Amino acid sequence: MSAVTYIAGKEPHPREHRMIFRNVDRKGWDVSIEAYSKDGGYAQLEAALKMEPKAITDEVKKAGVRGRGGAGFPAGVKWTFIPPNNTKPVYLICNADESEPGTFKDRYIIHQDPHQLIEGMAIACYAVGAHLAYIYIREEFPEGAKILEKAIAEAREKGFLGKDIGGSGFDLEIYVHRGAGAYICGEETGLIESLEGKRPYPRIKPPYFPAAMGLYLCPTIVNNVETLCHVKHILQMGGEEYAKLGTPNNTGTRILCVSGDVQKPGYFEVEVGKVTLGEVIHDLCGGLKPGRKIQAVIPGGSSAKVLRGGETFKIKRGEDMVEIGLEDIPMDFDTLAACGSMAGSGGVMVIDDSRSISWVLNNLNTFYAHESCGQCTPCREGSLWMKKITDRLVAGKASPDDIDTLDSVARNIDGRTVCAFGEACSWPTESFVAKFRDELVADTKPELADAIVNAETEVAAANLR
Amino acid sequence: MALEIPKALEKEIDERITHYPVSKRSAVLPVLHALQHHFGLISEEAVVWTAAKLELEPIKVLEVVTFYPGFRQSAPGKYHIRVCRTLACAMAGGHELMESLCAAGKIDRSGVTHHHPIAVGADGKFSIEFAECLASCGTGPVCMVNDDFHENVTDASALLARYK
Ligand SMILES: Cc1cc2nc3c(=O)[nH]c(=O)nc-3n(C[C@H](O)[C@H](O)[C@H](O)COP(=O)(O)O)c2cc1C
Ligand code: SF4
Ligand code: FES
Repeated sequence: MSAVTYIAGKEPHPREHRMIFRNVDRKGWDVSIEAYSKDGGYAQLEAALKMEPKAITDEVKKAGVRGRGGAGFPAGVKWTFIPPNNTKPVYLICNADESEPGTFKDRYIIHQDPHQLIEGMAIACYAVGAHLAYIYIREEFPEGAKILEKAIAEAREKGFLGKDIGGSGFDLEIYVHRGAGAYICGEETGLIESLEGKRPYPRIKPPYFPAAMGLYLCPTIVNNVETLCHVKHILQMGGEEYAKLGTPNNTGTRILCVSGDVQKPGYFEVEVGKVTLGEVIHDLCGGLKPGRKIQAVIPGGSSAKVLRGGETFKIKRGEDMVEIGLEDIPMDFDTLAACGSMAGSGGVMVIDDSRSISWVLNNLNTFYAHESCGQCTPCREGSLWMKKITDRLVAGKASPDDIDTLDSVARNIDGRTVCAFGEACSWPTESFVAKFRDELVADTKPELADAIVNAETEVAAANLR
Repeated sequence: MALEIPKALEKEIDERITHYPVSKRSAVLPVLHALQHHFGLISEEAVVWTAAKLELEPIKVLEVVTFYPGFRQSAPGKYHIRVCRTLACAMAGGHELMESLCAAGKIDRSGVTHHHPIAVGADGKFSIEFAECLASCGTGPVCMVNDDFHENVTDASALLARYK
């Protein structure tokens, strides 16, 4: 592989470890298969086709790579959930819906390095025995869909897709499937329904775990764009070498997307757990705006529970319990979970002390109220109620009791729904109320208490008539 | 009114359907995308045509059209604008961008509701709606004009001037 230089002004930060994003903003690079091949492209696929499929899954398991789409589930382990006595076709779906607010990484892989994704997918398909695969891409990436279709056609022409790839006897077709603007299509079973040509109503699990009963009720592996790209690098390095990147149980690199109140928002590929939240904000992103303080950080996409500026956490380090501050949190799956939030999709949103917390929460509530698929009553009604309450709050028409109502609505959603959107929409509210109650209450009007109760009672009575 | 489907469009649609060897129904979204791209919206005739093409009851197509925000049942302007409404863009001025685009494009959004999210300017040149996070939160505020993507948009008039 040739040495890489980057477009002036877009060089990676010295703390970055570019692997998946090696070719993003690369000088002289383009999306053609010629550029990719000259750089050693598709060599890993050729090597993979000479291996036993199971040996590939074993390497991915050894690597320990965890899903980059949100849940952080180990990819190699997921692949082994295909029933061993399965006789049905197996499918693979690349989740390119990238719709979690705060997340903007798959965009660059798709637009600037499509062949890396196709090679990763082809290797994964061979490992799990899939001969038909789809890339489910959000509708708002029209250019990305074209780039991928062109790249697939090129790969097909060069014999990396289609029948009898490289004389191995392995056949594979990959198609691009465009969504139509609904966040819930990122949820893997909603995605599958959508790919079947229906409304994307998520399926209940059990029994509809995709690896056992997915697309057309056949075993289906759904992985995120970034996760599938890692497969290629795992084979290149070997699972054990790969696992030396990052930290134990949090291996490899991952792309953090930082947005909000920092000097230089952007994307940064770092070894998992090797940088702290403070380093992300102050070193990678050039710090906060002059004179500002961190008020809140949402560390893993908008569905992750919010953390408060200045907060401290008790976590286990080796055998000991230690106390760490917000800015000391290493950006890995396990520590963020131990701090009561999650690494999620890697979208870090920074909110400084100039922002109204009520306004921020209302923006998120509005998103979830719009995107609930409407299948389950707690989620459909609750997400809208939360929005209505914070609508009142930002309009200066909420009473202090409303904050308790808000909290109780949220707590009546999670754990009571078909899909994890229930948690995704209630966790922001629950965590904002838990950590910013005073800020929320400060925006309420005590004198409104009775007026609101009366108005609500009237509305409720009218609805019953 | 019967739908006039040009030969080239039908050929493209037929090719798309082959991407789904297991179930033709899977082609509902791609067929609708192709029709909306050509006609600007999904009419009742387009629903019936799609259903016949894929051997489905029309309701199976209509329920898809009515669910997904990406499908429209009314005509947009010549240039359809989508402005990101979600948190990172809102913090970077997404709502202000919406206002200045409406002013520059002479669009009145006062009639917009959940079920009718699109506002069309009086001359039909521009239409506009809010979209949720467009996956470019580090370069907000962002918007799309038809299929073009625009980042760090600060000057609404200059942006719209590029569309004749
Ligand atoms: C409401 C909701 C939205 C989701 N959106 C996305 C998404 O946009 N992209 C994605 O890769 N995963 C998304 N997921 C996670 C997927 O369901 C699934 O876990 C993931 O694609 C698996 O891939 P991974 O194991 O490689 O992460 C979402 C989950 C939920 C509950
Ligand atoms: S939790 Fe919400 S999004 Fe998920 S299935 Fe139920 S209503 Fe739909
Ligand atoms: S919030 Fe606007 S692109 Fe994500």
